[in-house]
Formats: sequence, C-alpha cells, structure tokens
Amino acid sequence: MTTHDQYYVPEGSKWPIIASSGVLTLLAGIALAINGINGAVAMIIVGLVIMAILFFGWFSEVIHESREGYYNEQVDSSFRQGMMWFIGSEVFFFACFFGSYYYLREITLPYLGGEGHLGKTNMLWEGFKSTWPLLDLPATEGIRGHYIEAKEAMGAWGIPALNTAILLSSGGTLTWAHWGLKNNNRKQLKIGLALTIILGVTFFLLQVKEYGHAYTELHLTLQSGLYGSIFYLLTGFHGFHVVVGAIMLMAIFGRALKGHFSPHNHFAFEAVAWYWHFVDVVWLGLFIFVYWL
Amino acid sequence: MSTDIAHEEHHHGPPKGIGRWLFSTNHKDIGTMYLVFALTMLFVGGASAMYIRAELFMPGVQFMEPDFYNNMVTNHALIMVFAVVMPAAAGLANWMIPMMIGAPDMALPRLNNLSFWLLPAAAVMLILSTVVPFLPGGGSAINTGWTLYPPLSIQTGMAMDFAIFTVHILGVSSILASINIVVTILNMRAPGMTLFKMPMFCWAWLFTGLLLIIIAPVLAGGVTMLLFDRHFGTSFFDAAGGGDPVLFQHLFWFFGHPEVYVLLLPSIGVLAMIIPTFARKPLFGYNSLVGGMAILFTLGLVAWAHHQYTVGMAAGPTTWFMIITILISIPVGLMLLNFMMTMWRGAMTFETPMLFAVAIVLMFSFAGVTGIMLAVVPADLEYHDSMFVVAHFHYALIPGALMGLLAAAFYWLPKWTGNMYDERLGKIFFWWNVISFNITFFPQHFYGLAGMPRRIVDYNPAFADLNMISSLGAFAYGLSHLLFLYIVIKTVRGGVKAGNKPWEGAQIGTPGLEWDLSSPPPFHSFTTPPVVK
Repeated sequence: MTTHDQYYVPEGSKWPIIASSGVLTLLAGIALAINGINGAVAMIIVGLVIMAILFFGWFSEVIHESREGYYNEQVDSSFRQGMMWFIGSEVFFFACFFGSYYYLREITLPYLGGEGHLGKTNMLWEGFKSTWPLLDLPATEGIRGHYIEAKEAMGAWGIPALNTAILLSSGGTLTWAHWGLKNNNRKQLKIGLALTIILGVTFFLLQVKEYGHAYTELHLTLQSGLYGSIFYLLTGFHGFHVVVGAIMLMAIFGRALKGHFSPHNHFAFEAVAWYWHFVDVVWLGLFIFVYWL
Repeated sequence: MSTDIAHEEHHHGPPKGIGRWLFSTNHKDIGTMYLVFALTMLFVGGASAMYIRAELFMPGVQFMEPDFYNNMVTNHALIMVFAVVMPAAAGLANWMIPMMIGAPDMALPRLNNLSFWLLPAAAVMLILSTVVPFLPGGGSAINTGWTLYPPLSIQTGMAMDFAIFTVHILGVSSILASINIVVTILNMRAPGMTLFKMPMFCWAWLFTGLLLIIIAPVLAGGVTMLLFDRHFGTSFFDAAGGGDPVLFQHLFWFFGHPEVYVLLLPSIGVLAMIIPTFARKPLFGYNSLVGGMAILFTLGLVAWAHHQYTVGMAAGPTTWFMIITILISIPVGLMLLNFMMTMWRGAMTFETPMLFAVAIVLMFSFAGVTGIMLAVVPADLEYHDSMFVVAHFHYALIPGALMGLLAAAFYWLPKWTGNMYDERLGKIFFWWNVISFNITFFPQHFYGLAGMPRRIVDYNPAFADLNMISSLGAFAYGLSHLLFLYIVIKTVRGGVKAGNKPWEGAQIGTPGLEWDLSSPPPFHSFTTPPVVK
C-alpha cells in the first residue's frame, strides 16, 4: 500500500528546457547532415553534448533527492509505474519492426512472387521467386542500380548463438546481483553487476565483429534489399538499446560502489534490471526470427 | 514529518518572473502553457486552412504553386492534430486531473514540464520544414499530406526530414505526457477516490493515455523506416528491393485510426462532466460509459485498414476491417445515448458549455452516419479520396474534438480564473461558430459525392458555387475564433466573481474535487489529500 503523507513535488527545474533545446539541436543537426549541409555535424556534436550534460545533471539531481529521503512510498510507486509504462511503449516500438518484418516476409514477398488473390501478381518482375532470406531481389540489374545483392545470409549457429547465451546469462547474473542486494550481501551485488556489464560489453563487441563480417565478407549491407534492411534495422536498434542498457548498468554499478541502494530502497537498480531483461527478451525474438527461422 | 527546506517552500506562492514558466513543475502552470500553446497554434493551423479555402474559392490556381497548397494541407492537418487538439486536451488533463482526484500535482512534475517544452521544439521543426523549400537547394515542399505515404514522401526534398523529426519529437512528447497522466490517475488518487468514483474525464484520459503509449511508438518506428529508405538505401517501402509501400500505410493507420479516439475521448470526458451539470441529473449509465470507452479502445486498435480499402488488400482482411469499423458505431452510439438519457427529463439550462454539448451530440451523430457510409467497402470505393471524406472527418473532429475542448474552456474558465465569462458573448460565439462551421462543411458532402477529389489545388468549374459557399463559411468560421480569444482574455482580466462552485452549484453525480477548491484554486491545490467518502 502506498502512504499518503507529503508527496514530493520538486521546485522548478531547468532540465526539461535544456532537454528540449538539446533535442532540437540534435535532430535539426541530423536533418541537415543527412542532406549534406556543411557544418551540420558540429550541430550534432553540440546536441549530443547538451544531451550528455542533461542526463548526467538530471539524474544526479534525482539521486541526490532520493539520498536525502525526499521520496516517500507513493513517489517510489510513481517512478515504478512510470518506468513500467515506458518499457511498455518500447515494446510497441519493437513490435512495429517485428510486425513489419512479418508483413514483408509473409505477405509482401509471396505476393511479389505470384501468390495472392489477384493471381498473376508477379507480372511486375516476371520469374521472381519469393525466398527467405531474400538474396535475389525482384529488380533485375540495371533497372534499379542502387541495390547491391548480398552474397550470403547470416548464419544462426556461430557468434549469434554464442551471443544469445551471453545475453541470457547476463540476465542471470543481474538477478543474482539483485538477490545479493536484497540479502544485503554487497559483495554479491558488486560482483554480479560487474559480471553483467562484462557480458553486456562482450555481447556488443561480438555484435560489432558480426557487422564487420556481414559487411565485408557476406556483402550484406543496408543496400542489399529487404533482408539487409530488416536485419540491420532490428539488430541495429537492439544494439542501440544494449549500449543504453550497458551505460545504465555502469551508472548503477558506480552507485553500488559508492554504497548507494538498501535492501528495501533501490528503485534505480530495479528499473535498470527491468530494462536489461526487456533488451534480453527482444534479443531472443531476434535470434529466433531473424537469425534462425 | 520532516520539515526540510524543500517542503517548507511548498506553501509559498508561484515563483516570480519568466522562470515560473520555463522551469515550472506546477500542473496548473504547465496546463496553462499547454492551453496557450494550443490556442496560438489554432490560429497558425487556422491560417493554413484559410489559405486552402481562399485557394479553393474559385477554380484555377490562384496564389502560389500547387506544391505550396499541398504543403498547407499537410501543415493544417499536422498542426491541428498534434499542436492544437492534443496539447489542448493535455492542458485540460494537467489542469483538471490532479484537482479532480485530490492529488498534490502530477505524478512526475519535471517530466510533465519536459512533455510541454518538447512541443515548441516540434513547432520550430515544422516551421523549418515549411521554410526550407524556399531556400536555395532546399528541394520540394512536403506535398504528401499528413499521411506521409511513400513513394512520394521518399522523393520529397529535405523538408520531409524535418517533418519526420517533428513527428518523432511530438511522439516522445505525447508518450511522456501519457505515461505521466496514466500514472497520476492510477497512483495519485486521494484515499477513497476509487476508480469507479472518478470523474468521467479521468476515465477518458486513462484510455487516451493507454492508447498513445501503444500507438505513438509505432508511428515513430514507421517514420524512422521512412527516413532510412530516404537516406540509407534500405528498401522497406520499395518493391524493387522486396519491400512494400502499403506497409507504411498499415503502420501509419495503426497509429492514425486510434489517434482519432485520442482526439475524441478527452472531449467525450468533457461532455460527461458538462451535461450532468446543466441537466441537473447524474450521468446516465456511468459504468456503461466506461465500458463503451473500453470497447472503443479495443476495437479502435484493430480497425485501421479501413483507410486503405482501395489499395488492393485481399478480400479477407478487407472484410474484417469493414465489420470491425461498423461495430465501432455501437459503443459510440451507446455514448451518445448516455448523454441523451442524461438530458432526458433533466432541468436543463443552456449556458454556452451546454449549448456546445447539445450541438456536439447532434453533429457528431451526423459524422457517425457518414462514417457508416464510408465503412462499407463497395460504397467507399466510390467515396474514397473525395471531399465527402473531408466533410466526414471534419464533422467528426471539429464537434468531436475541438468544440468539446472549447466547451471545456467555457465550463472551467470560472474555476481557472475566478471570473465568469461574458455569457452573452459566449452565446454569440456559439451560434457564430456552429452556423459557420456547418456552412463550411455541409456543402462538401454534396460536391464530394458529385466527384470532387480532395488534396488537389484545382477543380472542375461545376463545383464552383458550392465551393464558394464553403469558403465564405470557412472565413466566417475562422474569424469566430478571434471572438473566443477576446472572451478568454476578457475573462482572465476580470468579470463577475465565480465563487467556488459556479453553475448554481449544479455539479452532480461524480463531478470531481475541483469544485471544493476556491476559484481560482491555490497554487498548490491539495498539499494534504482530502478523504473521499
């Protein structure tokens, strides 16, 4: 049950407006840069610096308030529910990509290959065979110059399978660290967190190696048609979330070293753990549907 | 209780100077900023509508290039949806929900401020997208309409990148605002304020918030893929690489159709507050209205492709979307029945909010009827992309969303400012607004059915007379909002004192705790939560 004593309403904060100007600078910079406007990269860097300062400053303030004991149980509950809904919205962000993948693979490609309610739908590109992974593109050479067909698709049982094991065990070590925290075993907490970070970073480095392999040896690029597009979209956004999650893990590791968190009061730890498990589950979906099946 | 400095300062009044607004963590101040932003953008979005109607005043191309016309059509929609109706509804939520449920503030006050301040950033991006085509090397204007369909949106100039990032910022803003509102409703209610004792406005926003948490990320994902197709050589929406432009339509409308309920539901919530007050009867069927909204929420998420009947979907899915779409008329009809049965044998008076409420019930039903026409596949093949569709959704969204928000403003202005608005001016505004609205959009049904396509700068001279009527109506309709602005400013500056419970204290049923507070309410409404019996 939540208590209803004084709910902490912070005094005015400068961070939201800094966030807004940072977002504007960053995105306007990106919009200009991808259109080849000179000097836009500087805008992106300024935007990134503002965002970095923002996250550091805002979270420092919240951590300070939490350490000072401003937050009662009801505030804690607001944070928890807020994080839960945020992860919920992330689920739908990935659902958009997984749904698109399903649609393109199960509806669009067979349709382009001549199945479907209109009978001869492959009149656009005669003889196109719907296969997955899609290596032979519908457009023949010369008609659409900018797609370059990949030589080979990604396999599932090399590094990807290893990465699956790594990420799943990182979920295990994180839970082990959480048990340590709840039993006030600080050593277990620190070791568990350190292991999780090491596993997360290893995952990321292996993923970078895989990208290199795919780009140089398999010639699988963003320009390789649908398969490359889907592959890099899903693994790319997942990789971005891994990086964000790893940074969050490092932040709470630093806090754990400083002696923060108590067995009963450690929302930040749990929020990061939820996020990390979410990233885990997304990878599982990726491994099964993108690499394996 | 710990009496540290931060807690002590809570009992002070608002901070001084511009910092009060820039750094605000107060739900009323942020609500005010939302409302002021929405009202400002109403005139910006209205100006683009005035341009559209001026261009269509007679056949032929009058003023600027056709692409500029298309850009104005796009901006009008994006601004009205994302920068007027949604912020205004969020402003009402900010102002009212904490007071209604007896909370000290929104659950996450700093996040609340961030949700607001992202909006001006998005507005700057949208303005940039309109300006960029006029600069050397700026490329073409955004000529796709707000749906941003590829392949056209892939060929558009760099203005489209600004529009895509506008959508991203708006998406983040509305997700954060929705999270905040949902958490506030679920976690911040005063003791005894159970979910089923909540004012209906809170229920409406609970469903709205949940919808946005589901749909906004999907739109963000869709436009991200668009961005990749434009600049990084991917082929999500290009059949030559194995992709499909229709996929974007699915993603867009998975967002776009529930978005209609995002716009509509807050106003339904407002009507459920206003009608009992002026009918002096508790809301008829509280539980059934909640149930109706729940059904609307569910069906709304699986009805999206009724916007795409003509793209060549297979018969199976097309039938599914037709049936679901027709089914939606049942919960919506139930809601209107709730309102009519509340009025039935009530001791009704017709102050401005109630006049709007009655007009909304009537005109929104009309949009429901044309909606059924459009839902039926064989008929829709005929109506698709005609001005009939434009007439339909303006009858849905202006009464269903915008007028509901105007009614809310009249209903709560006495609470916000402590002053009664000028009732005579309010009534003049109502009649001027509603009559000119009908003059604008009613004829569009006719020339739409007769075959005039939408989104095209020129038209067959056969439609000239009716278009001229539409345009004259539109100018009068646009102008009427200046009177609204005048009424608001006049009320803020002074007027007859409202007292804590204006409207003869007729708030009945589940009116919310805001009426227990003074008018205007203190800067911090409930520092200790009231107990609801």
